[in-house]
Amino acid sequence: MSGFFTSRLFFVSLALVAIAATLPLYVSGYVLGLLTVAFYFGVFAMAWDLLFGFAGEVNFGPTFLIGVGAYTAGILNNQFGWSVYLCIVLGALASVIAGLVLALPALRVRGPYFGLTTLVAVLMLQNFIVVFADLTGGEIGLTIPDVITIDAGANYWIALGFMTISAAILYGLSQSPIGLVLQASGQDPVQAGALGFNIVKHKLAAFVVSAFFSGLSGALLVFYFGTASVGTVVDVAVGVNVIVSAVLGGRRTVLGAALGAIFLIVAGEFLRPTGELATFIVSAVALLVVLFFPGGFLGAALSREARS
Amino acid sequence: MIDGFAISALYALGATGFTLIFGVSGVLNLSHGAIMVAAAVAAWAAASILHVDTYSGALIGVGVALITAFATYFAVVKPIQDSRRIPNEEKEIFVLTGTLLWGIMIQELIAYFFTNNAKTVLPIVEGVVDILGVRTPRNEIFTAVVCCLVIALLWLLVNRTRTGKAVLAASMNPRGVTLLGLELTNIYIVVWAIYGVLAGIAGVLLGMFLGVSSYSVGPLTASAFSIVVLGGLGSVSGSLIAAFVVGYLETITAYLVSPAYRTIPALLLLVVVMYIRPQGLLGRR
Repeated sequence: MSGFFTSRLFFVSLALVAIAATLPLYVSGYVLGLLTVAFYFGVFAMAWDLLFGFAGEVNFGPTFLIGVGAYTAGILNNQFGWSVYLCIVLGALASVIAGLVLALPALRVRGPYFGLTTLVAVLMLQNFIVVFADLTGGEIGLTIPDVITIDAGANYWIALGFMTISAAILYGLSQSPIGLVLQASGQDPVQAGALGFNIVKHKLAAFVVSAFFSGLSGALLVFYFGTASVGTVVDVAVGVNVIVSAVLGGRRTVLGAALGAIFLIVAGEFLRPTGELATFIVSAVALLVVLFFPGGFLGAALSREARS
Repeated sequence: MIDGFAISALYALGATGFTLIFGVSGVLNLSHGAIMVAAAVAAWAAASILHVDTYSGALIGVGVALITAFATYFAVVKPIQDSRRIPNEEKEIFVLTGTLLWGIMIQELIAYFFTNNAKTVLPIVEGVVDILGVRTPRNEIFTAVVCCLVIALLWLLVNRTRTGKAVLAASMNPRGVTLLGLELTNIYIVVWAIYGVLAGIAGVLLGMFLGVSSYSVGPLTASAFSIVVLGGLGSVSGSLIAAFVVGYLETITAYLVSPAYRTIPALLLLVVVMYIRPQGLLGRR
């Protein structure tokens, strides 16, 4: 751990965060709004990377955890008018419970089977939201009366601060002994178990942590948008974006996942003039990265540094 | 009931190719839905823009699916399988991500050139016929018959020909096959060809039966995936049974309860099966 504070990666990320923190002083509200969303997305991707990159669980339904957190917070605020912060905390807690439920099959089935279970969880949540439209707002979306603040700069700082703290915690966790055990149990569960590590406990912990950050981020995002809808926090396409950002940025790096998410959202915005082709270009670039730089952005950069 | 049979037969056809690829080469092809939609849209475009007759249109659709399937294999799957930079245990997730991205690319291209609107391929057989007092479109019967014929042909091909036996052997023990002097890559190419034709036929028939748009890509992949897992990954007979279970369950729910709940019982069933019998109905561990 102490090596990290003197490593180049630490200084580069510190510099990036410092530069990012001064952005509200000289860029427009539009750019800030875009980056705010990108930062929340970065947390989704990092939480996913902890589960896949370290615990080795292919979670096709990151939006199940995100959606439960987002909708719980939104519904509580909409129905009972509880304070924003209480709702956010409860949303994150609901997401943790959802994570535990999702973890149950993961301890029984492996690989593609588990991937499918998580995909089904998302589809069920989506159906549930549409069927109970009175409570959830259905396909149109849920309107949320309160927001944290309407100031673009403040929202941006909240998102940046949240992402930085989450990144620090998740990265620290991934480099800690717990992270190493997780990595071992992801790669060879039998041997890790034979070495005396309790795999079930570690995987459950990974699910809980991943769910907590996904749910928290989802709840914050809902209060930033002022609305919760299937298209923004639950749809399978959103989950695909989360997965693509994590793989693009470099799996098993945690920090890379955030970079990938920011790249994905900013690139999507830059390509907006190309209209419907934007998604095509982004996916094509992502596919090329997957094919030629399987380590992702950060993976490629780190291995170059290691070689020199 | 006939409606349900036709839908089930279509699901079965779509899922068979999917499971065949997995059984033989261990690849889960998430661009499956995109290939089916590409076939249907090609058949539609050939009929309505180039003004060819419906038979040639259907053939063009199947051809496009075949080409797309080959493109998927050579541009996405093979480079990942051959890559030395990706550790073996992670190839699965890379194939998943790669084919997923590939599927999105196909979907976006279709949306760009042919818009998002739903397209219905002109049916080969027109008119309706009375079966036991139920008015049934002839096309539905045609769909069911074609699906059954193709599946029967596939069975013959796999169990009765030399190539088919090689494919079967490769799914059981790839290393053993190479030891017998058969080129594994050639077998994979044969499998992808069979897959392309199957997905093409399923796509074109689906286009005639329900109509497709670029939005159907995701749901189509998801339904094939869930049928295949329900039946047991890699087991062709398992996916046939699962396809009929899911098809009837969806149709019955849509008629008796409400079309809004159409997919829910099948999803619930899937969850139950995953908990009780994770390897699927007829799967091997």
